[in-house]
Parts: sequence; C-alpha cells; structure tokens
Amino acid sequence: MAEYKRPSCLKTTPSGFCPGCMHSLSTKLIAEVIDDLGQQQNACHIVPVGCSTLNLLYWKGDIVGAAHGRAPAVATGFKRTNPERLVFTYQGDGDLAAIGLAEIIGAANRGENFTVIFANNQTYGMTGGQMAPTTLIGQKTTTTRFGRDAATTGFPMKMAEIISELEAPVFVARYALNTPKGINEARKGIKKAFELQLAGKGFTFIELLMNCPTNWGMTPLQSLDYMESTTVPFFKPGVYKDKEADK
Amino acid sequence: MAKVFMKGNEAIAEAAVRGGCRFFAGYPITPQNEIPEYLSWRLPEVGGTFVQGESEVASINMVYGAAAGGCRAMTSSSGPGISLKAEGISYLAGTKLPAVIVNISRGGPGLGSIQPAQSDYFQATKALGHGGFKVMVFAPATLQEAVDLTYNAWEYAERDRNPVMILMDGCLGAIMELVELPEMKTADRAGTKTWALQRREGEARLDRMLTPYFPEAMLEYENTTRGKLYEKWAENDVMVEEFMLEDAEYVVAAYGISARVAKEAILRLREEGFKVGMIRPITLNPFPKKSFANLDYSQVKGIIDIELAIPAQMKDDIALEVKDRAPIYTYGRSGGVLLDDESTYIAIKKIIEGGAK
Repeated sequence: MAEYKRPSCLKTTPSGFCPGCMHSLSTKLIAEVIDDLGQQQNACHIVPVGCSTLNLLYWKGDIVGAAHGRAPAVATGFKRTNPERLVFTYQGDGDLAAIGLAEIIGAANRGENFTVIFANNQTYGMTGGQMAPTTLIGQKTTTTRFGRDAATTGFPMKMAEIISELEAPVFVARYALNTPKGINEARKGIKKAFELQLAGKGFTFIELLMNCPTNWGMTPLQSLDYMESTTVPFFKPGVYKDKEADK
Repeated sequence: MAKVFMKGNEAIAEAAVRGGCRFFAGYPITPQNEIPEYLSWRLPEVGGTFVQGESEVASINMVYGAAAGGCRAMTSSSGPGISLKAEGISYLAGTKLPAVIVNISRGGPGLGSIQPAQSDYFQATKALGHGGFKVMVFAPATLQEAVDLTYNAWEYAERDRNPVMILMDGCLGAIMELVELPEMKTADRAGTKTWALQRREGEARLDRMLTPYFPEAMLEYENTTRGKLYEKWAENDVMVEEFMLEDAEYVVAAYGISARVAKEAILRLREEGFKVGMIRPITLNPFPKKSFANLDYSQVKGIIDIELAIPAQMKDDIALEVKDRAPIYTYGRSGGVLLDDESTYIAIKKIIEGGAK
C-alpha cells in the first residue's frame, strides 16, 4: 500500500481556502499528478486572479502570476519560448469565462500546447459571491439577490462544450469533484491532459465542477448534495473531445 | 557596413531582431502594421516566435509570459492599442519583467485618426498603466536613431527589470531612410537572467515565483526601490540633442518628427540672423531636465515648445525646469494634421517678433 503523503508541489503552509472548499482538493490532485509524472521541476503554474490566486501562497514550484483572465495569453508566451516545460493555468469561472473569454478561446483555437484547468463553482468567490457566467438560472448571488434571471443576465456558459466545438483542442473533459468516483476520474483526466501536453499534442482543457460553501450559504455537506441534485445535471461530466482516441 | 533603405516600422522590427528579440505578439492597428508583418516572417528565420494575438490585451500578456521565461520580447501598437495594453504594462512593471513596447503614435483621443500625432506623451511619460510606475521612453527623430535605440532597448530593460517604450510618431514609422543596421546580438536566454523561469541544464529544483503580488510592506519596499531607480535614470540615462544653444535667445523644444521640422525652420531663421537653438529630448523619460534648468536665462528670452499635440503636453515638464525665468510659447498641430516647414517657420518667427503668444 502506497504511503499517503503531501504532494511535493504543496507547501506546508496551512490552507486559507474556506472549510469544505474544493480548491484545496483540486490543487492537491494537480500536485499529485505532477509528482506521478516526475514533473515537479519542469512544471510551471500560471496563477490568475480569484481564489486561485491563493495558490501563490500554497504552491511550491515555478509560478508566474497573471492578470485577471489573461493566464492563457501568459501561458502562450511562456510555453512558446520554453516548449520543454509542463505549463498549466488554473482558472476560476469569472477569470476564464467572463473577463478572460477572448484569451481562453484564442489560446484554445491556436491549439497552444499547454493545459487549462477550469475551476467552475458558479460564483466569484474571492470578491464575495457575485454572479459568474456559470451561475445557474435561479441561483442567488450578491448581484442576483432574487436568483439569476435569464431575461437580463443570459444563461450559464458551458465552457467544456464551447471549447470542444473548436477544431484545435485535443482533449476536453469535465469532471465533478463531489464524489470519490468523480475525484478519481478527474485525477486521471488531469494526468491524461498533462501526458498529451508532454507529448506535444496540443491544447488540453479540464473543467472541474466544484463548490463554494461560503458563498452558496451552505455547509460543505449540503454543497455536495446541491452539486449532485442541481449542478451536475446541468454541467454534465464527461469527455467532450478526445482527438487521440478518435483517431 | 553598407546602408540599407528601409521604412521606419520595418527598420524598428529588424533592429529588434538584431537586438536579440525572439518573441513578438501584436494586434493589427494603423500606422504600425509593418512591424508585425515584418516580424511574422523574420522572427521564424532566426528561431524566434511571432504570435498574432486575439487582442492587444492578449498580446501584451503573451509578451509578459515570454519575458517571464527569459526571452527578449516585444509588442507594438498605436494609441488606442497602447491603452488596451496598459494593464499588461503595469503587470510587467509590477512583476519586474523586461520588455519593449513600441507606440507608433497617431491622433487621439479615442479612435482619433490614423494620421501621425504626438498626443500620447502624457500616457507614455506619466501613467502607462495603473499603480504609479514609470518606464524609460525613447523618442527617435531619425530612422537611424530608431534603429539604435531599439537595438539597445533590452539592455536597459534587463538592467532595470522594467519595460521600455519606444514612442515614435506615425510619420517616422511610414517614411523611408538610409540606415546602418548593427550586428546581430547573440540571443542568450540563459545568461545572467537569474530571475527568469527558464530551465538550465543540470539545475536543481528552484521553486521560483514571478508575480506582481506582494504583501503590503514588501510592496512599499518595492515601490521605494522603483523610486530610486527613476532617480538613477535622471542621473545617468538622459539622452538629448542640444542644437545651436550657445548664443540662442529663443530655444525651441521638440522631439521626434516635430524636431526635424523645427530644425529646418531654425536653420532658415539663423540665416536671417535670428538666434534660435533647440533642445531635443531623445529620452522623454528621463526628461532632460538639466538642459532646460541650466540655460543662461540672462540670454534666453523664450522657450518655444513645438509638438504634434494640442494642447502641448511636454510643456508641463519644461515649465518645471524653466520656472518663471522665461515665457514658454507653444506651437503645434493635432489630430493627425502635420506640421509643415513654412507654417512652422512663420510661427517661430512670429513668436520671436512678439506677434503671437
């Protein structure tokens, strides 16, 4: 039986993510995969703006801090000039699907050879729970106090589906982190994306369905149930594109 | 070395390649399009990378990423596009990353016009983005100067770990002149850039971080350090042309294309016996303060600031040095309307003869 230990890319700094928040979990998954692949020294983490910025404090490894939404552009410049590196961004939904829409679509469409890990918790966690592009219809946030109304705010954006419609991306998948099965599949998906990148195959996109107990106003356990009953049926987990498998 | 006949924008692009630039990202905007067009084929020739970004915002952030990886990187644009790059330039300054940003300036504000203007002086020298940082600003007046300044721009950028701006009007971008191109520099990425996140052979794991995020006290320290850097520029890095100042009673202040037009007028006025000289800032930041401060004000009767900008923008910097020791007159055109030899000559003459304020 393998010994359970802290992945080498996580500092011993106590996590400041809220109790029950899945950012700790997803970050750990990424760090475990990097250890599995022996990429501790080679990995470069492009850290954007949002709760994900806290990774500046917890991540141990090469880090480039990017402006809000611009991580895919920063990753483009970095990876193009350092093609041997394992480069990934870890971006929230406000960062990726609102302010950074042009950058994510541009990078995906060019088929940039790096990995984007998209943390979708349907809210702006860092700024206190405003509506995100992924907020569900009827979901209450600090800027949609009576629930998100499609008439004035549109509909939640399904990023994995949108990215998979582009020609260039090689692997696009969504996983939900509310069950052990989902967590295991997510780890495998991240590993597959990193392996494809290291093989020079092209753009890979992993969407992780996550929670935000604090801003959802739920206990961590309630948030798991809510994900199962509400979030997961809307943002359906699955592999949306796998060019290598389709060959 | 033999001289070649080149267009301004292309001369800057070639000088960048020879200066070691191996990454360019940009977005089309007139009047600078020849820079990305040239580099789109030229950079791959030397093993470099060209990316046409989805926007100016993305392009400057690609430059940020390439700079973080230790590559000499550049972007170019014009007024409206530089505004979009403001965020990224501020991040470059905040993260202390070297890069070169070229502004082939046009009429503004807003969409303005695509014709040449010098109305981005304030933006370039005072606030190229949020947060109160500065960058060195080079303002060439000839294509040879544009080549030389671009060629050496990364030496300053890397020395200071701070972006550098080349501010050149659309007129110089579009004209053709003979230029002597310098030797190709070795694009040494590993070299002395210990701060860059590049992998070096046989190197132990380093866990490095490049970010503009700092805890408050550290950020204050960084800002204090930046302030000292700006003072050093003022002391050591000022570039200026002082033209016929010895006996000058009237001193024209002009940079870039305006200085060329003004020089023609000055030579003509000299033939008529008017004692006119010129101070031409080559670095707009650091501004050649001493050139203005140390003029002999028992001799100088007036300063005439000539710009392709209305209202004149450099005037504020001049006034800080001249104080109330001489009146400062301005003449210029704006919005993409150019200065012409005859009108400029008449304008200076009128000021001297007291016919205009």
